[in-house]
Amino acid sequence: MSSIDLTLQIWRQKNNDSLGHLETYFLQGIHTDMSFLEMLDVLNEKLTKEGKDPVTFDHDCREGICGMCGAVVNGVAHGPEKEITLCQLHMRNFRSGDTLVIEPFRSKAFPIRKDLMVDRSALDRIIQSGGYVSVNTGGTPDGNSLPIPSSVAELAMDAAACIGCGACVASCPNGAAMLFTSAKISQLCLLPQGQPERKRRALAMVETMDKEGFGNCTNFRECEAVCPKSISIRNIARLNREFLVASLLEG
Amino acid sequence: MELNSRVPSGSLADKWDNHQFANKLVNPANRRKFTVIVVGTGLAGASASATLAEQGYNVKTFCIQDSPRRAHSIAAQGGINAAKNYQNDGDSVHRLFYDTIKGGDFRAREANVYRLAQVSNSIIDQCVAQGVPFAREYGGTLSNRSFGGAQVSRTFYARGQTGQQLLLGAYSALSRQIHAGKVTMFSRREMMDLVLVDGKARGITTRNLITGELESHCADAVILATGGYGNVYFLSTNAMASNVTAAWRACKHGAGMANPCFVQIHPTCIPVHGDYQSKLTLMSESLRNDGRVWVPLKEDDKRPPSQIPESERDYYLEKKYPSFGNLVPRDVASRNAKEQCDAGKGVGNTGLAVYLDFAEAIKRDGQATILKKYGNLFQMYEKITDKNPLNEPMTIYPAVHYTMGGLWVDYDLMTTIPGLFALGECNFSDHGANRLGASALMQGLADGYFVIATSIAHYIGSTPMERISEIAPEFDESRKNVADRIHRLLRNSMRGPSGKVTVDQIHKELGRLLWDNCGMARNKAGLEAALAQLPDLKEKFWNEVYVPGTGTDINQSLERAGRVADFLEFADVMVRDALAREESCGCHLREESQTPENEAKRDDAHYSHVSVWQYQGDNQAPVMHKEPLIFENVTPSQRSYK
Repeated sequence: MSSIDLTLQIWRQKNNDSLGHLETYFLQGIHTDMSFLEMLDVLNEKLTKEGKDPVTFDHDCREGICGMCGAVVNGVAHGPEKEITLCQLHMRNFRSGDTLVIEPFRSKAFPIRKDLMVDRSALDRIIQSGGYVSVNTGGTPDGNSLPIPSSVAELAMDAAACIGCGACVASCPNGAAMLFTSAKISQLCLLPQGQPERKRRALAMVETMDKEGFGNCTNFRECEAVCPKSISIRNIARLNREFLVASLLEG
Repeated sequence: MELNSRVPSGSLADKWDNHQFANKLVNPANRRKFTVIVVGTGLAGASASATLAEQGYNVKTFCIQDSPRRAHSIAAQGGINAAKNYQNDGDSVHRLFYDTIKGGDFRAREANVYRLAQVSNSIIDQCVAQGVPFAREYGGTLSNRSFGGAQVSRTFYARGQTGQQLLLGAYSALSRQIHAGKVTMFSRREMMDLVLVDGKARGITTRNLITGELESHCADAVILATGGYGNVYFLSTNAMASNVTAAWRACKHGAGMANPCFVQIHPTCIPVHGDYQSKLTLMSESLRNDGRVWVPLKEDDKRPPSQIPESERDYYLEKKYPSFGNLVPRDVASRNAKEQCDAGKGVGNTGLAVYLDFAEAIKRDGQATILKKYGNLFQMYEKITDKNPLNEPMTIYPAVHYTMGGLWVDYDLMTTIPGLFALGECNFSDHGANRLGASALMQGLADGYFVIATSIAHYIGSTPMERISEIAPEFDESRKNVADRIHRLLRNSMRGPSGKVTVDQIHKELGRLLWDNCGMARNKAGLEAALAQLPDLKEKFWNEVYVPGTGTDINQSLERAGRVADFLEFADVMVRDALAREESCGCHLREESQTPENEAKRDDAHYSHVSVWQYQGDNQAPVMHKEPLIFENVTPSQRSYK
């Protein structure tokens, strides 16, 4: 096990109404087996012992599935390694003497709460507007009464793997939430269960997406590049088709 | 404390039907007059919120994360059991019931476990209807696998992300009700206290984690779906925010805490690698299907694994359990790993790890086959450890994973406080002394989708209640108590951090104490020593802990401090429970109670009961009550895996 010394420049901001700035910290003897968030834990213990305010950041499962953590490291959401969340990034990806600039997931639709913590509740509201099959508990048919080809189930699962972290939004030059929205729309429009509400869902979710202040996709593909679950932008193409058909038939 | 389990009459198979018929109902048009609070949005909380709202109740739902979709149910990998018998391999409701109660080493209530098996099939139907993308066969039917040594294939799964997909299903149902205005969602709220009016649970006090504001919420019933307490050990596979606070606050108001010493320690986790470590990562136990567990024969053998010849390796599970080999149940595998490490044969930098070797499987089946089965796990292991399991054996060590103990509940899932219900991992009811793989998801959803609505209707339908609001004096008093406690947590901080300790330092100390003395193997001397040290640690916490910042802002240190303060109190009950249960059963190994072959020895004559602890006040020993366990349909047998 080796250890490295780092310079951190971390975004500090009291709340959404105040101005933020980058603050510089020096950390020495960071073990390369540490995760990125454990490195922030070490910094926070140090700041606490010095009587300073620790850095606020969201995190929970620390195994890459809850979607709670996330920050932009040197300009890349979730840091330099592909297909992982920030909590799965390990310090062996950095070298002694490196400077890391750590900023929150920025977007018009994500107000900053404090430091690296942002408010992503707009994503919840997109789901609330139609990201479900309207079925009550009980009285549902037997699970095997509706055969679904394995390939369709797998394709739906590829889209359903989205963890709702918001890295796609933070990386998009337009601040679009199209990858997020399209993942849910794709999952449900691919499956037979999603058919009855297919058109209504596409219209409602896109409408909410616009209302929340998210932009639109212009094929930069930045979202796909940073997505920890490798959600493909093919889903966005599917969303566009779904929306277009629904607009023509119902709009 | 009266422990009336309200188990319905009739044969085991008829009990649930009889109970549903005997329970009172609330007219659909009247349900809108009642409000139910649900704390937690994991599988149990989200499914309960959605179901109650669909039926017409007003629901107020709370979670500590920024979104209800993040609860820790999301991290479950393996799958969910159901008695569908789709594979035609002899499964049935009775078999799932029997396996669950036997797996729990006969320390769970028969009627509850049977109901769990009964409703398991409806859960699968429900989730499919929601659009959960379960794995399918080429013909389009649902796919199953055998999990955790089960002799039938009854586990449904969605890749290695079953928990995520089921939770997102429940979250989508919840989102629909939020949109419909039937659920009011309060995220980034932490429940700080339970509010009782006339001896009934009528509301909660929460802290808004963004503004620090203390808020009162009143209702006609309160449901806790706040998960387990594994983080009392500091290091566990739980999410960082998982805590015992809500359940412990309920205990302080008179809810009984059942079997708190029953903690499942999962054998295949990535070993601890340093003091800075914040959590442990679990890898699916399916790895043991092909991996062989071994340690060097010689103590303190520092050679790398490749230089240890076959003749100097000890495949201790295969040697000791010739019929089950590497596939012994979780508790047995965990204990044996500890035994080897205690004997100085542990490997890795810390000596607290054993090898899980795939070399033979790779030679037998080829790299491609092994990667197809375990590719994602191998990748996860490599990301964390920087070592490739194709080239050298994995190192694994057991870690705290799930807590079978929890709030005592009757057949209706109601605690000893009228109107307070506990669902999912938060209650004690279904897993006895050991939980089987793929059963946690089943229980969370059974409680939320299919059990709680009947209980809520019966409670509301049979309980006369005054109309109250948040201006009742009980809410004022609760807010005041919570504010006082926050003030006390911040009290040491006025004079700066010098000479003080941080919250994490105390939490780590507590975790170490419990892991060493109330972990995989327990004995009287160790438990008594831990019990004696706890008051000092608690005192050190309250006198020396330094919590930066204030209570009127986002303050993650303060949040952690409040949780650790509760863990410190809860640990006392946990250790007492382990001390009082002088038998070994399931996860609970008392070194004094072993067979001549060092296997866990149950003592049905003296310990066939649920231990329920009643809080008596700060710095006073809690009192234990017993709910006897009566087995009318199964005969408790001694587990043997030789």
